[in-house]
Amino acid sequence: MGVLTTIFWFLVAIAGCLAAGWLFRTGAIAITPAGVKRELRTAPLTASFGMLMILLYILVAIFAPLIAPFPERAVVGTEYMPWNSVHLLGTDNLGRDMLSRLIFGARNTVGIAFATTLLAFLIGSVFGMLAATVGGWLDQGLSRLVDVLMAIPALIFALLLLTIFGTSILTLILVIAVIDSTRVYRLARSVALNIVVMDYIEAAKLRGEGLWRLITREILPNALAPLVAEFGLRFCFVFLAISALSFLGLGLQPPLADWGSMVKENATLISFGDITPLLPAGAIALLTVSVNFVVDWQLHRASGLKE
Amino acid sequence: MTVTESEKPVLLTMKGLRIEGRADDSWTGIVNGIDLELRKGEVLGLIGESGAGKSTVGLAAMGFTRDGCRIAGGEIRFDGIDLTAASEATKRHLRGARIAYVAQSAAASFNPAHKLIDQYCEAPVQHGMMGRAEAQADAVDLYRRMQLPDPDSIGFRYPHEVSGGQLQRAMTAMAMSCRPDLIIFDEPTTALDVTTQIEVLAAIRKIVEEFDTAAIYITHDLAVVAQMADRIKVLLKGDEVEEANTRTMLAAPKEDYTRSLWAVRSYARAEQPPVAGDAVPVVSVQNVTAGYGTLNVLENVGFDIHARRTVAVVGESGSGKSTAARVITGLLPPHQGRILFEGEVLPPDYRRRSRDQLRQAQMIYQMADTALNPKLRIREVIGRPAQMYLGLRGKRLEDRIRELLSLIELEPDDYIDRLPSELSGGQKQRIGIARALAAEPRFIICDEVTSALDQLVAEGILKLLDKLQSEFDLAYMFITHDLATVKAIADEVVVMKEGHVIEQGPKAAVFAPPHDPYTELLLSSVPEMDPDWLTDLLQARGEV
Repeated sequence: MGVLTTIFWFLVAIAGCLAAGWLFRTGAIAITPAGVKRELRTAPLTASFGMLMILLYILVAIFAPLIAPFPERAVVGTEYMPWNSVHLLGTDNLGRDMLSRLIFGARNTVGIAFATTLLAFLIGSVFGMLAATVGGWLDQGLSRLVDVLMAIPALIFALLLLTIFGTSILTLILVIAVIDSTRVYRLARSVALNIVVMDYIEAAKLRGEGLWRLITREILPNALAPLVAEFGLRFCFVFLAISALSFLGLGLQPPLADWGSMVKENATLISFGDITPLLPAGAIALLTVSVNFVVDWQLHRASGLKE
Repeated sequence: MTVTESEKPVLLTMKGLRIEGRADDSWTGIVNGIDLELRKGEVLGLIGESGAGKSTVGLAAMGFTRDGCRIAGGEIRFDGIDLTAASEATKRHLRGARIAYVAQSAAASFNPAHKLIDQYCEAPVQHGMMGRAEAQADAVDLYRRMQLPDPDSIGFRYPHEVSGGQLQRAMTAMAMSCRPDLIIFDEPTTALDVTTQIEVLAAIRKIVEEFDTAAIYITHDLAVVAQMADRIKVLLKGDEVEEANTRTMLAAPKEDYTRSLWAVRSYARAEQPPVAGDAVPVVSVQNVTAGYGTLNVLENVGFDIHARRTVAVVGESGSGKSTAARVITGLLPPHQGRILFEGEVLPPDYRRRSRDQLRQAQMIYQMADTALNPKLRIREVIGRPAQMYLGLRGKRLEDRIRELLSLIELEPDDYIDRLPSELSGGQKQRIGIARALAAEPRFIICDEVTSALDQLVAEGILKLLDKLQSEFDLAYMFITHDLATVKAIADEVVVMKEGHVIEQGPKAAVFAPPHDPYTELLLSSVPEMDPDWLTDLLQARGEV
């Protein structure tokens, strides 16, 4: 019976998620302009649910101080308090409110991951397209440098660099961005290589267009679809990397609330059958899955598959 | 043979065939009620422009529709079997064994990972008609009949190791492997040079006659279909225009549309007065030797192009025509020789040329699809050169774009904000012309600008180029492999072969005997609208 009940509630949860996705899509179609409306109609329920979740995360991150019942860093009770009416999710190892930290964590972890991914894409795609357009020695030099960087396992490399340069938020962003930009470089370069052989690029070169305009007006718009899809995936990886680093103690530093370090700090509770430390991990998982739902939909559209 | 033809048993019938394709969320008709009857051993030619539904009808003869298409009505009966109702197993049994298909691009249709003969053996072995060894022996026999060089060993090569024309013949041999009753040829020679086309046409005709195979021959080239088919059916946008015996059709077409197709090849521009002796040519190519690495693609090439004149550069693929264009534009600096523009030496590398030098020489490309950035609107595609070279801004730029659109006979209000994907092939090519004109050049290189277009559309483009030339005193370099186009538009002709200029001079002089042997070969290989042309030619060349 117990198993059946679990399965029942699991199915109810999935149905609830899909229903939420459907409601969100119906609502969004009603209020958006015609162009977006058309795109939204092609979204499957999974992608709608993903979009809803991403939107919720963004709202939580922006309005964190308004939503959270307690401040991020204040010690408001005794250590490891159980769930109660004041502290809905109890308190952590220092007696700070768990729910509030979870809410502020969205701001820190998601915000930093977003900034890092953006930077990684900026570096990676600019250099990738430059290498493809200019070619020759520049291409060789950059590509071999990237090969060297990619030869070192990413997490080990990040740990190494963070140990050397210290663990401020800025270094964290820079280190992960640089490491991740190598992957973006490879993608941007290969996509751009297929574009630079087109006649319209030759026409633009013969017209005497400069490098900047070639890249921004002629190449980038045509490379955007695969890059955007990759952005979604990369964001998840960066997010996981930051959480992993925080869990290992080299990511975001206390007392800043961060989902990865929250798991680490409260891990002892798991031994007592309390699932509270798993909640930040769940938050990470939910966002990752949501982003992937949306990316899958976009990839499907970009690939032009009918079925 | 026309008398006995009508007494042979009927092999294939289509009655009121309707095929629909899915676009967005609705079904639109691709073929709207076609009737067709084919007797054993008969060759039917299907002609029409792109979008006429010829390939769709051809595939339907195998009971097959492309992805996203469906048979909406009518019946297809092959030797008594209703293909619209037949099970997949029945159709699979027919395909390859009794109905075979030869595609336009043999290079894309062969599996590059397997040898030719292994791909040949696949169908007969699969259908249980022959053992492997037997099939291989049969392949060699057919390769010999298809007049492939070295028939004993050519089958053991990979597809990339033989030439395009040979590959097309190997594919026809493969289609013949099970001795089918019906073969569908879908534009088998469209991608080939004229000289290669002859060989393939002759081989196909010979083998179809030898085995008394019925065939549907799909093409947009009337002269080709005239050689191959007993009867011709003309299609337009999924409807039948008319059908008649080949000779009747060629001599006296009934419908206006058919007549307009016939008339395309008669277009010729007015004779230009000879160039004054002391005139400075707009572009002068002098003793150019160029190539990639140590391989020379061009050897000591030289020719002049004068204002208001069109110089056609002709030759087969690999003759160096396009390389000559790359040298002139500066994309490929030559090893030796120089390019003069109005008497002034141009820097060999385009990166060292001044903006004004770049402006003076523009280029129109063969594939309008890849020549226009798919993400830029027409406004920017045409506006950019005007903005860049002439410094036009705001209202003046807008006016200039509209003026250019009117010049290429497209309504400015309708087209200015479109994306290239919202245009037809011919319209895209017109935008390519407008982009070249926007720079207000003296000289335009037209690289095979009409070869990807239907004949009627191509004729429109040629007329437009002609009109623009006299309006703006342009000099054209017209690269093409199609001698019919050359006859229509050129003032002077440069014949190229393997990187050398074989013959050059005014059109009348080059096209009048005595010819250089190579020019003679090229000229005589252009199919004519006479159904006896191929037979006569082969006899003259002593190949029959």
